[in-house]
Amino acid sequence: MIPLSHWLILGALLFSIGVVGIFLNRKNVIILLMAIEILLLAVNINFVAFSRYLGNLQGQIFVFFVLTVAAAEAAIGLAILVVYFRNRRSINVEDIDDLRG
Amino acid sequence: MMLTTTVLFYVFSAVLLLSALLVITARNPVYSALYLVLAFFNAAALFLLLGAEFLGLILILVYVGAVMVLFLFVVMMLDINLERLKEGFLRYLPLGLAIAIVGVLEMVAVFWTAPIGRVPAPGPISANADNTRALGELLYTHYLYPFEIAAVILLVAIIAAIALTLRRRPDTKSQVVGKQVAVAVRERLRMVDLRGPKP
Amino acid sequence: MWIFDWLHGLPPIWVYLLIPLAPLAGSLVAGLGGWFLRERAHWAPIAGVAFALYLAIFVLLQVLHGQTFYGDVYTWAVFGNLPVHIGFDIDSLTAVMLVVVTFVSLCVHVYTIGYMHNDPGYARFFSYIALFTFSMLMLVMGNNFLQLFFGWEAVGLVSYLLIGFWFTRESANQASLKAFLVNRVGDFGFLIGIAAIYHYCGSLDYRTVFAMVPSLVGQTVTIIPGHPWSVLTWIAILLFIGAMGKSAQVPLHVWLPESMEGPTPISALIHAATMVTAGIFMVSRMSPIYEQSATALSVILIIGAITALFMGLIGLVQNDIKRIIAYSTLSQLGYMTAALGASAFSAAIFHLMTHAFFKALLFLAAGSVIHAMQNEQDIRKMGGLRAHMPITYLTFLVGGLALSGIPPFAGFFSKDLIIEAVGESSLTGATFAYVLLVLGALVTALYTFRMFFLVFHGKKRMDEHTQEHLHESPWVITGPLIALGIPSLLAGWFFIAPVGLGGFLDSSLQIRAQWNTIGEIAAHWQGTGAFLVHGLESWPFWLAILGIALAAWFYLLHDGVPAALNRLLAPFTWVLRKKYGFDAFNQLVFVRGALLFGRRFWHWGDEAIIDGGMVNGSARLVARAALSWRRLQTGYIYHYAFVMIIGLVLFMTYFMIWRG
Repeated sequence: MIPLSHWLILGALLFSIGVVGIFLNRKNVIILLMAIEILLLAVNINFVAFSRYLGNLQGQIFVFFVLTVAAAEAAIGLAILVVYFRNRRSINVEDIDDLRG
Repeated sequence: MMLTTTVLFYVFSAVLLLSALLVITARNPVYSALYLVLAFFNAAALFLLLGAEFLGLILILVYVGAVMVLFLFVVMMLDINLERLKEGFLRYLPLGLAIAIVGVLEMVAVFWTAPIGRVPAPGPISANADNTRALGELLYTHYLYPFEIAAVILLVAIIAAIALTLRRRPDTKSQVVGKQVAVAVRERLRMVDLRGPKP
Repeated sequence: MWIFDWLHGLPPIWVYLLIPLAPLAGSLVAGLGGWFLRERAHWAPIAGVAFALYLAIFVLLQVLHGQTFYGDVYTWAVFGNLPVHIGFDIDSLTAVMLVVVTFVSLCVHVYTIGYMHNDPGYARFFSYIALFTFSMLMLVMGNNFLQLFFGWEAVGLVSYLLIGFWFTRESANQASLKAFLVNRVGDFGFLIGIAAIYHYCGSLDYRTVFAMVPSLVGQTVTIIPGHPWSVLTWIAILLFIGAMGKSAQVPLHVWLPESMEGPTPISALIHAATMVTAGIFMVSRMSPIYEQSATALSVILIIGAITALFMGLIGLVQNDIKRIIAYSTLSQLGYMTAALGASAFSAAIFHLMTHAFFKALLFLAAGSVIHAMQNEQDIRKMGGLRAHMPITYLTFLVGGLALSGIPPFAGFFSKDLIIEAVGESSLTGATFAYVLLVLGALVTALYTFRMFFLVFHGKKRMDEHTQEHLHESPWVITGPLIALGIPSLLAGWFFIAPVGLGGFLDSSLQIRAQWNTIGEIAAHWQGTGAFLVHGLESWPFWLAILGIALAAWFYLLHDGVPAALNRLLAPFTWVLRKKYGFDAFNQLVFVRGALLFGRRFWHWGDEAIIDGGMVNGSARLVARAALSWRRLQTGYIYHYAFVMIIGLVLFMTYFMIWRG
């Protein structure tokens, strides 16, 4: 059987790829959102692995909720993106500096 | 059997990591989205290996079927200048890689040495185990309220997404029933004295 | 008696509560309704105080029948394990104080109608003095240290308000400020003393504390390394510092002469008869504590004796009629304090009582004179008033004879008893104190009758206009004079045995057998008559006679003598006129020192450190920091995301390396 640590390391690697994705993408907000999906997926893998190895279904329940929230987040994030693009004709990350006072 | 599982784990994991890497490096966002679909398929397969059939299938249905289609839809709908999008791609690569490597090394070190990594492997999943039923029983009893709140969150997300993207065009003609009903006589009918001056 | 019959049906606690609350109600009516009542504002306070006097007499009768009370009435607040109660301790000491306070207060209230009429602050004045009565009653009735402190501060507040009553006069404002500040010094000691009591006894309740006093004997506290002191001595002296402030003992006496800036009724009520005796009352109430510390008693004895003689001497060179009486008050308070030091608590209370009568009488008579003289207070500009003001003249004479200690007036009994008791005392410094007190008798008679002769006899030295308007005061002024003159004449004879010798007060006092001076005197007691006859053979009496004779010689028969004496004793009188330099010393050291300190703190502390460093400095620091830090605020979301992720990795590293 595969040891639990293998699953966890898989999660860690996937998480790191997501982090690098956030760092690399200077231009496209959509890729940023996808990187966030990867991060959440890494977390979900950890949850399911723990759930299986500890014999406790609560981990899977939690994944269920994470999926729900992630779906909502993706929907709203994309909606914001669409509105933003409509106003600015761009989704370039470097153009988005409205937070500066 | 054991060997099969192990091999499958490594294959799926490798494809998952590779496709994730391609998601963040692909030049065209459409490709990225498609690679993400691949990654989700592999993750679903891994969930199945872990005996979480329900979540695996949900992942495919919800993510691949809905969320990723949404992504693709948005990517294609927006008229994005692909050339500009790739400028300065490598500027932050060293920092990102350094951060990622440090993080990975630390996490691996922990998982390798921590007692949690040596949890005894559970026995094989019995043939008649019903993951969906077990999850459902837990979800509709003990987690009923959180479940309903999750439903409300989704509803809010739907409303918010629609409200955000809804656009009223001033140049289109439309009918406002409320205004039509609330109209008063004075606004429509003007009495004019037509008698004029007496001859 | 029949007029008290209905009170027997009331729960005792109601009676006790009504005593302070009746004047308080009067005060509120006069204070809040003053704009409406105007010239009628005196009715409510007078009714309240009269009712309080009526109840006080009832309580005194009850106490005489052995019905005392000790207990809490109301829990005001609870701090941790310190409950703050409002409670009453009704025993013989309290009952005596109640009657004295309410009686003098009532006389002063009535007198005020005549004295203050036409004053724009008429209602305010009545509100204040009724409030004072309330405060003083709370002070004497309390059964715990916090209530004592409440009353203590409340009378101080009213005193401040009344000294500065004519607030348009600068001197009145300064005098009220001075009184307040000097009392602060005393109250500081008092408060520390109370804190020490709480620290060592864990309670502020009189009986609980007194019960714990024996267990504190022998316990020491080291404040200066290498010199352990008895805890009880510390507590006793700290409390006495409070009494020094309130009862104006050297060196905290400087405020009392200045307090004469207030209206005369106030000088009579607060700064002669009642408030200044709060210290005397407090020390008597704390007799279980004081009796355990010979050191504290010696300190009290010596300070009292010094005050008694040397403040009297200053009175010799004063020319303001009220100031002379004020210095005489200081001197008499010194006698009471000395009596406390000699453990003759009952004699001190007895003198407190007689003094309250005759000193209030003297002040009110002086007020009557001032009133007739169109607010002239300088005795050099008076003279020959006897013919115009017979009642004032007679009552002033009664007060003066009582003050000088001429038998059979009240002052003779109480003062002689104190001097005898100090003579019996075996404490350190008792002989010194005895000599000072005996000499004080001469000085007292001298300044009293100097004033008396200059005011009422001899040539008329006032101007024509004033002379035409000389008249006897109306009945609201002379009435209280007569009412106070009777006890000034008789109180000594009737009360020396029950009050002075302590038979009645014994239940309230605790005196150790080894210095029970009053007990010694009581043991050889052969009746009041014998005491009187014995007094005629003693030094103080003959010195007082000598003082009166000297005064007559100087100021009636040979006008030139005082001037000649003045030249002869110029350095001596110069010292007296300068009041031993206390004021100059305070001005130089404390006032100038405080100003200097204040200026330093202002320039260095306030301007440089707080304004420059903290206020503007922090603003500058923020501005400077913001100049560089604002670059961090790029507005790019991914920068914030970077920071979050980098922070996460840093935390992980931290936990790996240092917590792992």
